[in-house]
Amino acid sequence: MNRPLLWVPLGLFAIFFAIVAAGLTRPKDNIVESKMVGKSIPEFVLPAAIEQRPALRSTDLATGKPQLLNIFASWCVPCIAEAPQLLALERAGATINGVASRDTPADIANFLNRWGNPYQRIGTDERSVVQLELGSSGVPETFVIDGKGVIVHQHIGDIREEDVPKLLQMLKEAE
Amino acid sequence: MRYLLALLALTIALPVTAQSGLPSAPYAHRQLDDPAKEADARALMDELRCLKCQSQSIADSNAPMAGDMRSQVRERIAAGDNPEQVRSWLIERYGDWVTYNPPVNSLTWPLWFAPIMLLIVAIFLARGRFKRRKDKS
Repeated sequence: MNRPLLWVPLGLFAIFFAIVAAGLTRPKDNIVESKMVGKSIPEFVLPAAIEQRPALRSTDLATGKPQLLNIFASWCVPCIAEAPQLLALERAGATINGVASRDTPADIANFLNRWGNPYQRIGTDERSVVQLELGSSGVPETFVIDGKGVIVHQHIGDIREEDVPKLLQMLKEAE
Repeated sequence: MRYLLALLALTIALPVTAQSGLPSAPYAHRQLDDPAKEADARALMDELRCLKCQSQSIADSNAPMAGDMRSQVRERIAAGDNPEQVRSWLIERYGDWVTYNPPVNSLTWPLWFAPIMLLIVAIFLARGRFKRRKDKS
């Protein structure tokens, strides 16, 4: 047997070891991005979540003006954290529509009374139908939608203070 | 008597820590009436990944969102969609990631063909060894 060939198993082991070590040291990535970014908003009709705001359907999201679609829930803690940022976005002139995920009208009203209501329309998505249609995998998530109803961006997780100017910029660019 | 009442009260205790106060979707925990369709739905649900608890299939998961996905899968199959249509509906939204049975494409072909190639290499190596032994004897 020729000598260089003796090193092949060790070489293979080294490659295997490097792959495992790289995989172990890389932080786990649990984020599932929606494949709907770049596509038109799928058709849906949701009933109103609370009396004070109208219901939400997909045609409300293609009005010529770029908008935000925010998926939230009263049982979701990061949604409380992002509430002030949504209010700041609204003050800056952004149109925000809400989808309340797996929630009851009383809980939604309570949540909005406590943390503020930045929404123009709120649809209630009791069975995650719209969430699945949008390719969203959790709450909170925010979609930037252009005037024609095409999804241009998906923000996964709560909106932090530093995300506010970015989202406003995206809304501006979507015009 | 008081203890008895307390015990009785325990039997009607309701879970108060549930994630939301809503009842689950109609087919989250209920099988379809048609056994053939239920079998189709079941086979598909075993191959769809739960979005919340990513190492489980939606058939195995107790997450509320997995329940909603099961209900959607069953409702679509009950309405006459075939399982592959439902699968591609989800892949369109979440990518190949959502299925445990990945389609063959430019990224996944080694998954399917590496075992065959390794088998061929193994047969070739084994043949070499057997031959050498014969030569010695």
